[in-house]
Amino acid sequence: MSYQVNEKGYYGDFGGAFIPEMLYPNVEELRSRYLNIMQEESFQKEFRQLLKDYVGRPTPLYFAERFSEKFGTKIYLKREDLCHTGAHKVNNTIGQILMAKRLGKNRIIAETGAGQHGVATATVCALMGIECVVYMGEIDIKRQAPNVARMKMLGATVVPAKSGSRTLKDATNEAIRDWINNPVDTHYIIGSVVGPHPYPDMVARFQSVISEEVKKQLQEKEDREAPDHVVACVGGGSNAAGIYYHYLDNEKVNIIAVEAAGEGILTGKSAATSALGREGIIHGSKTLLMQTDDGQITEPYSISAGLDYPGVGPMHANLFRTGRGEFISVTDEEAMAAGLQLCKLEGIIPAIETAHALAIFDKRKFEKDEVVVVNLSGRGDKDLNTYIEHFNL
Amino acid sequence: MNRIKQKLQENSSKKLLSIYFTAGYPQPEDTVTILKELQSSGVDMVEIGLPFSDPLADGPVIQRSSEIALENGMTTTKLFDQLENIRETINIPLLIMGYFNPILQYGVEKFCRKCSETGIDGLIIPDLPLEEYQLHYREIFQQYDLLPVFLITPQTSEERIREIDEASEGFIYMVSTAAVTGGTGGFGDTQKEYFTRVSKMALKNPLIVGFGIKDRESFEQATAVTNGAIIGSAFIKQLTNGGTSGISDFISSIR
Repeated sequence: MSYQVNEKGYYGDFGGAFIPEMLYPNVEELRSRYLNIMQEESFQKEFRQLLKDYVGRPTPLYFAERFSEKFGTKIYLKREDLCHTGAHKVNNTIGQILMAKRLGKNRIIAETGAGQHGVATATVCALMGIECVVYMGEIDIKRQAPNVARMKMLGATVVPAKSGSRTLKDATNEAIRDWINNPVDTHYIIGSVVGPHPYPDMVARFQSVISEEVKKQLQEKEDREAPDHVVACVGGGSNAAGIYYHYLDNEKVNIIAVEAAGEGILTGKSAATSALGREGIIHGSKTLLMQTDDGQITEPYSISAGLDYPGVGPMHANLFRTGRGEFISVTDEEAMAAGLQLCKLEGIIPAIETAHALAIFDKRKFEKDEVVVVNLSGRGDKDLNTYIEHFNL
Repeated sequence: MNRIKQKLQENSSKKLLSIYFTAGYPQPEDTVTILKELQSSGVDMVEIGLPFSDPLADGPVIQRSSEIALENGMTTTKLFDQLENIRETINIPLLIMGYFNPILQYGVEKFCRKCSETGIDGLIIPDLPLEEYQLHYREIFQQYDLLPVFLITPQTSEERIREIDEASEGFIYMVSTAAVTGGTGGFGDTQKEYFTRVSKMALKNPLIVGFGIKDRESFEQATAVTNGAIIGSAFIKQLTNGGTSGISDFISSIR
């Protein structure tokens, strides 16, 4: 059984392209060309070169000795926080900007929640000299002022999404509406493994460099390509897709997905989609999503803006439904404590998204000789205010 | 015979006028009143909008009406309750226009059965593409005599227009401009060229134009070489400003 996308754009029951006809020409153009373009030698060369010289790849696979000692198992951290712009997001935006150029597009749009994907998109647009418009919920603009400033410094136009709940899902709606209004010259850089086919697969492929590197690095360090467990936090799920990718079909590797429980799954303030979601359509994809009985999409909550999405990528929905993935949810409190613990034990300040993945060691036992690889997807500089408020620093 | 087919076969020299409104807006119980007003004003066909939290293809006016309708407590179940005896008073064709997720949650088969029981004639589901419809839902639609309506845009290729024509049984919803609903730019040479180009394709289905039609002038431009036009956002604005009592004046200002 394969957990990759099939030729129709589905992961098991999930995926597809549920898009209005207005988007069909753009999505169809991308669908029919993305694999060929990605396989071109010149594309691969440029992509690899930029990942190396601009992003700073390969990122280290770091054996976290003190953290391991505390939890009595072997914990490796994949240091995506050391990527340029501070998170894994840039792997995808580099890939997609090269894709956009080959499709002849001269205008880029993107959505952003916390602003990490917006910054990563504005960065590659500056790099390539391409116009960039980022949609961001009006409420998030207020919450994430430093990232708004970064995007502006990088030359992007930040447009407030004023519809609906004025957060990430509405920013995504606005970006899609922009694409409907600009069907010829514009490419939409989606920031996660969500949206209509081929986006989940394309983004997963760009992020798959993460597990490609882990395989080699683990071979050097542990004389084996595959760990016993791979762990990542899941909002939309792009960092998770990246670190699972080359292990998806190797069932000896246990896949662990960590979702944001917010204040607790049953409190009504949560973003744990696998626990609270039902099958439905969001942003062009059939997947698990949080919604009312009447099919209205509901607003999730997490202390981490990057996990604050009411759906989950179709790859992950399938990992959940088939039981291939082990899904764990972590509350705000647990994540914050785990983030601080990593600071004290390893001298690394993780993003709060990433801190959710680190919190599982307090909740779940691993064997002493097991190898656990955690995707350290982003650094915590952007979250300092939240840390300060939470711990009264 | 399905009322949409019947209406389209009537040999009328008049261009067909269809109106869209969001169920539950401006007041939760306005649905039947609006339908009666539209019918008595001489409207040919009505699209009843099922409100959705995330209407991707809609501009600010319909977005806002959907939000308010949801705040007013509108649900799929409630809409069917309101429509229960609608065929005692309304005989013009009725369609439901809604995004796919609420229909999926209600259950597609159950939704289609309820449509058939209440006397709905067709469905416009903008985010249910042709391919998915054909793979999974065509038989259900056919079982309940519901006509599927698909959209085409200025960017739709000739090949795909023909595919859509083949799969359609009522009319083709011709999106006037590359834009979400509620555009007010008016129609220029680009639209005229597009209307003419598609009308010359000799399709089996009539063409009805929607998006950006707001007054007599844009209605006449949109229908010069097509079979009719749909007004949505401009009608919602009318409801916002004038309530249900101004409906017949609005309709007579169009046609």
